[in-house]
Amino acid sequence: MIRVQGLFKRFGEQAVLRGLDLDIATGEIMVVIGRSGGGKSVLLKHLIGLLRPDAGAVIVDGTDITRLRGRDLDRVRERYGVVFQGGALFDSMSVSDNVAFPLREKSRLGAAEIRGRVDEKLQQVGLAGMGHKDPAEISGGMRKRVAIARALVTEPEIVFFDEPTTGLDPILVNTIHHLILELHRKFRFTAIMVSHEIPEIFEIADRVAMLHEGAIVEVGPPDAVRASTNPVVQQFIRGDIEAVPAEARR
Amino acid sequence: MFSSPSADTWPGPLRPVAALGHASLEMVQALGRFGRFFAQAIGYIVVPPFKVGRLIDRIHFIGFRSLTIVILTGAFTGMVLGLQIFLTLSRFGSEAYLGPAVALSLIRELGPVLCAVFVTGLAGSALTAEIGIMKITEQIDALQVMALNPVRYLVVPAIVAGVITFPLLVSIFDMVGIFGGYLVGVELLGLSPGTYFGEMKTFVDLSDLMTGYWKAVSFGIIVPWVCTYKGFNCGNGAEGVARATTQAVVLSSVLILVWDYFLGSVLP
Repeated sequence: MIRVQGLFKRFGEQAVLRGLDLDIATGEIMVVIGRSGGGKSVLLKHLIGLLRPDAGAVIVDGTDITRLRGRDLDRVRERYGVVFQGGALFDSMSVSDNVAFPLREKSRLGAAEIRGRVDEKLQQVGLAGMGHKDPAEISGGMRKRVAIARALVTEPEIVFFDEPTTGLDPILVNTIHHLILELHRKFRFTAIMVSHEIPEIFEIADRVAMLHEGAIVEVGPPDAVRASTNPVVQQFIRGDIEAVPAEARR
Repeated sequence: MFSSPSADTWPGPLRPVAALGHASLEMVQALGRFGRFFAQAIGYIVVPPFKVGRLIDRIHFIGFRSLTIVILTGAFTGMVLGLQIFLTLSRFGSEAYLGPAVALSLIRELGPVLCAVFVTGLAGSALTAEIGIMKITEQIDALQVMALNPVRYLVVPAIVAGVITFPLLVSIFDMVGIFGGYLVGVELLGLSPGTYFGEMKTFVDLSDLMTGYWKAVSFGIIVPWVCTYKGFNCGNGAEGVARATTQAVVLSSVLILVWDYFLGSVLP
């Protein structure tokens, strides 16, 4: 269980997170939606310990990770898998070396076992036989799938997806979403996904949280969020461009 | 971290003083970050686990890839020295001292300094650009969330590789330079080979070699330290990486010359 309590974060004069609260249950797919630049990625970076809040807590299974440093924080991160927005694949390594990297660095597995696991993961993401290629030689959709394979190769309990389908065509968006859903059914990890793929994301989410002006303004199952009477949520879902009255935003 | 109010908030006549104070504080903070970065790297050098594979990769990156430019520039530096020193010494009828003059210039001073500047331009700039690109494409974040310390993984191997490769590269630069001086002085200008090398044995001693060695070792620390620091602290986008790379080369070159003067005045 991940509990975010009263998270505040300010960059210079700009307050990005303003007392954000959110609970994520073990094993669910939680999708955080919201407008670009609204603080979704900042929230994710707090959850994975890359940013420290000005105030508030991120409690992972009873431990406030905002107070952890060094080895203690690493121990929590060893339970994580992260799929970054751009993939964050290491340019200097081949696809299979990228996927093998966390195992080589953090596990005691032998070379043959690592090779077996890497081949298995590449097969699961539909990239069997592509391991020898460099990240620069493959398409954007393939890079996202390699990033998913790398995030899952250590069999993490919690997987974070930072806009895993940004910049992909609608068919690839659905392919990646179904891949995530299929892998989630198989491995039962807790998934926290930041996305603004509306309405596709409602098909795979267990719950959806809407982030607006630094706080969660709506959270619940996809149908409940779709039926929300909050004008901010409705505007975002429908993609309306007219302004929402200020008094209705919070 | 301490932050000072902006100079704009001060009354008009005091603004230049406030701006100076503000700039001074920022410089002290930057120096503090720079020093802390180095202290952190040194801490990880002595604490396992050691990334041996990364170290070998960095030795290849800094050392082997710089070999061609070191040999080329070493040869021409020696040839220029051979020519200019020969012409100068011939005015005093002291051509016999060409060998030791070339050797001492290279071993004590020009070898370590020029070699370090060339390696900075070649490998140091590449180191900054590589780490800068890793930063802006979230690869450094990826290392962190895999519970791998980026300083241990990216900085420590570069500094250790610098300490190993710089003295070797400087030795090669010196040898090739001395041979370049030989080509000009002996083969072109007619000095006898025995005079060129014989006088060298008389005048060059161990303390000269050690001076060059300590300079090479210290430059092997300074260059990777500066270049990795600039990569880690680069701005956003291609422009940020480009600016960091330029700053890394300029700052490394300045520090090489300043430290060279300091060591030159301290070492025998």
